[in-house]
Amino acid sequence: MSLHVDAGRPTRAPMPPGRRHVRPRSGRSFLTWLDLKAAPYLLVSPYYLLFLIFGLFPLGFTLYYSFFDYDLTGTVEWTGLGNYTAMLADADFWKAVVNTLAMFVIATVPQILLALLLANALNKRIKFQLFVRLGVLLPLVTSVVAVAVVFTQLYGRDWGVVNWVLGWFGADPIDWKAQRLPSWIAIATMIDWRWTGYNAIIFLAGMQTIPKDLYEAASIDGASRRRQFWQITIPMLRPTMIFVVLNSTIGGLTLFSEPTTFYNGNVHGGSDSQFQTVSMFIFEQGFREFDYGYASAAAWLLFLLILVGSAINFLLIRRIGGNK
Amino acid sequence: MTTLSAPASTRRRRAKAPGGASGLWTATPMTRLILAVTIIISAFPLYYMIVIASRTNTEATDMPPPFLPGGNLGENIQRVLTNPDAHYLAGLTNSLIIAATVTVSVVLISTFAGFAFARLNFRGGKVLLLLVLLTMMVPLQQMGIVPLYRLMVSLEWVGSIKAVILPYLLNGFGVFLMTQYTQQAVPNELVEAARVDGASTLRIWFNVVLPAVRPGMAVLGINTFMLIWNDFMWPLIVLTPDNPTVQVAINSLNAKYGTDYVLIFSGTLMSILPLIVVFILFGRQIIGGLMEGAVKA
Repeated sequence: MSLHVDAGRPTRAPMPPGRRHVRPRSGRSFLTWLDLKAAPYLLVSPYYLLFLIFGLFPLGFTLYYSFFDYDLTGTVEWTGLGNYTAMLADADFWKAVVNTLAMFVIATVPQILLALLLANALNKRIKFQLFVRLGVLLPLVTSVVAVAVVFTQLYGRDWGVVNWVLGWFGADPIDWKAQRLPSWIAIATMIDWRWTGYNAIIFLAGMQTIPKDLYEAASIDGASRRRQFWQITIPMLRPTMIFVVLNSTIGGLTLFSEPTTFYNGNVHGGSDSQFQTVSMFIFEQGFREFDYGYASAAAWLLFLLILVGSAINFLLIRRIGGNK
Repeated sequence: MTTLSAPASTRRRRAKAPGGASGLWTATPMTRLILAVTIIISAFPLYYMIVIASRTNTEATDMPPPFLPGGNLGENIQRVLTNPDAHYLAGLTNSLIIAATVTVSVVLISTFAGFAFARLNFRGGKVLLLLVLLTMMVPLQQMGIVPLYRLMVSLEWVGSIKAVILPYLLNGFGVFLMTQYTQQAVPNELVEAARVDGASTLRIWFNVVLPAVRPGMAVLGINTFMLIWNDFMWPLIVLTPDNPTVQVAINSLNAKYGTDYVLIFSGTLMSILPLIVVFILFGRQIIGGLMEGAVKA
């Protein structure tokens, strides 16, 4: 960002000299009060107005709804914690939780490792630097639905490129959508294709803030490049790592578009819900079964899941960095 | 871009110096291999989209699959645009209107709030800013869909793009980004000086802040546009298939014509063209913004 270009420029229009001193006239002093004391609140008010209507109000009502039982005939009944206890015993809900967590792990672990490797490569002296960076980031500008459409075709059972390539090695065609693990892997690759480059660019930014002297000192001490990577780069990247992992956690646990498109736009997530995520479960309960209370309770449990997931990952990363 | 190119030039200078860690920054054949493979993998699905979109369905299901573009692109696009179930053109228009409206509003709202948080002292400001940061951690889209949907039902807005636009205007990341950016790009002395000259707060915003934070606004604008263009879940809930966004239109094609690959791929290809244009025009800013934001967050 070129900050210096504009920042130093003086104000273009000089103010009229008459207003240089605030006069103690009552009308004027009200305006001054308005300008100094009220203006900041006016400036931030649009955001908080939106926050009230589209943030706080839905959050509160989601909690409220989650205590009621809605059915298709339109009757509404108070159930207290009934939705929550029913859900904790609901095999479909747990299946969605397991699917979500499994896809999250299958997608995130290789993604972070690959992104680190890639960022390390991007951090070298290379030609066509901008072009290479843009190439790495290219998947990000593709819409999620578009990615899922292409990958669904690539993973097709009969005419897909992936099975065709596997066929070279004598493997039988895999029905990627039919079983749990293959479908998870297929969806995880969609996520990774889209986000690995993005995370690599973020890691690259982090790597460029590490003082070069550290590496020089380590070189003089005879540390190998591999050792420098693990003992300098990785620990110094900890703040960036936390940012990336928390981002991936929220994104991964709220996964919706890829698995939905993978099953041709159906939120059931396969014939036996083998890749239905919690977000899809909420959608299905709320907008296919019209059980608003159940969907709302699921939304709160998802939130809980995200909080716990974020906390675990945060502690994990701190541990990893701290040991070095 | 100055901050981004600076480390590169220091590196070059260091590399010439004898000894030191110069070898660490030299690109090895391995580096080039990794980068080349990455770029090929990044580009392949997009290329494949063009291949299938320009073929016929018989060719698309050939074994081995086709890897070169064919000559049916125009015809396939024609079929997408005239498809009675997709309402593709309406979707494209709606997506453009939605993304543009949301982008302009979010950038303005965030620039206002960012200025107040970064350069005006007011009671409760710190708490309010903290609130913004907290809400960034909440997946509002999943958490709030049921009440938001019912709100739209009672307003009788279901099926109208108003219902899509309004909730998108809430964007905590934008406020956060512009606060950071204003802090860095607008020196406090400049605001004080303008104040001494008798400028009103609004005038300071217009004459001092706005010119200085324009690069930050560009980054936020590009990000917001891409985010809104790609979003899928909320429009799927609140819009009807006859008045969709482009993503919902593709979803209709996908649901009804699951085996008509060339049709779906042509629709998908057209839907990413606006993003590719944005990417080519503003690629440098996108990367710069990402890297700046990551280090500060």
